[in-house]
Amino acid sequence: MRKSWWKVLTVIILVYVVVGGLLLDVPRLHILNETIRALYFHVPMWFGMIILLFASVIFSLRYLRTGIKDFDTRAAEFANVGVLFGIFGILTGMLWAQFAWGQWWSGDPQQNGAAIGLLIYLAYFVLRGSLEDDGQKARISAVYNIFAFAALVPLLFILPRMTDSLHPGSGGNPGFNAYDLDSRLRMIFYPAVIGWTLLGVWITSIRIRIRRLSLNQDV
Amino acid sequence: MGKQILTFIQKEIRLEWRNRYAINGILLYLVSTVFICYLSFNVRSNVLNPVTWNVLFWVIILFTSVNAVAKSFIQENEGSFLYLYWTHSPATIIVGRTIYNALLMLVLGLMGFLAYALVLGNPVEDVLLFLLVILFGSMGLSFTMTMVSAIASKARNSHTLMAILSFPIVLPVLLVIIKISKNALNGVERSASLDDFIVLAAINALVGAASYLLFPYLWRS
Repeated sequence: MRKSWWKVLTVIILVYVVVGGLLLDVPRLHILNETIRALYFHVPMWFGMIILLFASVIFSLRYLRTGIKDFDTRAAEFANVGVLFGIFGILTGMLWAQFAWGQWWSGDPQQNGAAIGLLIYLAYFVLRGSLEDDGQKARISAVYNIFAFAALVPLLFILPRMTDSLHPGSGGNPGFNAYDLDSRLRMIFYPAVIGWTLLGVWITSIRIRIRRLSLNQDV
Repeated sequence: MGKQILTFIQKEIRLEWRNRYAINGILLYLVSTVFICYLSFNVRSNVLNPVTWNVLFWVIILFTSVNAVAKSFIQENEGSFLYLYWTHSPATIIVGRTIYNALLMLVLGLMGFLAYALVLGNPVEDVLLFLLVILFGSMGLSFTMTMVSAIASKARNSHTLMAILSFPIVLPVLLVIIKISKNALNGVERSASLDDFIVLAAINALVGAASYLLFPYLWRS
């Protein structure tokens, strides 16, 4: 029980986020109106994805330095759950865009960047699938993982900021930045990021345990 | 180090020159793709919309470069792999191959531009800027694709992998290139493209540094 305190914390935070996020008062901003609640569900998905993928890269790096097989398992599972978060990020974003912009897919730079990011990581899984030897699979996919992350950074953080976009936070639209983020929003937004990320780590830890068990069975 | 890399590049060029069929094959691939596009659009020269002209050109270059760069690691036989493994340091190989591929892409880009402009017309207003984009663009494509071809060469069905691994990674580079070349097409003032050149150089530096650091791990397997 002592080790699982953070799981209890996750559940408490997420209950608070879901209940508070749907019921508490939010600032009335032009165009956004009630859809600003997407901030509690959509934005944390991206934060969670970046954090999980970053963890995956760290484990890939540690695998390359040490050659311990377990780090590769962790890297793969963190990437898996990171991609899951990415897919939910895209879906919630599309749902929001449908109300705010009137279209599910409107070719927004941020939307496109997200889709490309997912393509990169889906390719990572195809690469893992097409390598037979276990040691080689671990090493080469670790190399690709780090390389892909290096390429993902300009895609997600630099290029969308260079083009005009309807996305909140860029091009003068109201939304996520230091001036607009109301303290009422912060009270739920920060716990939401922590809560969803912890949930991702939790899912990952279960998947890692499953993978370890199935690896042991093979031996 | 610098001298070794230079010798390595010279050796690569000499090898390429001896098996001219490989580079001729790629050139023919490029020219026939251009010709297919020309016939499919069924246009007389200079009636293609500049945006279409621009995007089509870079898509052709992208596909050609996937095929051209795939040669460097994927189509290597065991003997020459072992020779390289024992005689060169990994750093020399990745730097040398990247520079060599950049040169190759530059040649292909220029030839492609010539053939393309010949049949589909040349709406470029600022030709010098466009040539500069080809120079930087071939560097960008080579920086990403050389490393990806090294990764893909280790796996089965490496040609499919080469495409799916490199396309999403190369996209940021491609988007910036298309943006600058659009400026060149419209004859926008050159200083307007400076920011994009800086971004392109930054992406190249990032990807280049990553492949320089990671390649030794790949090479060891």
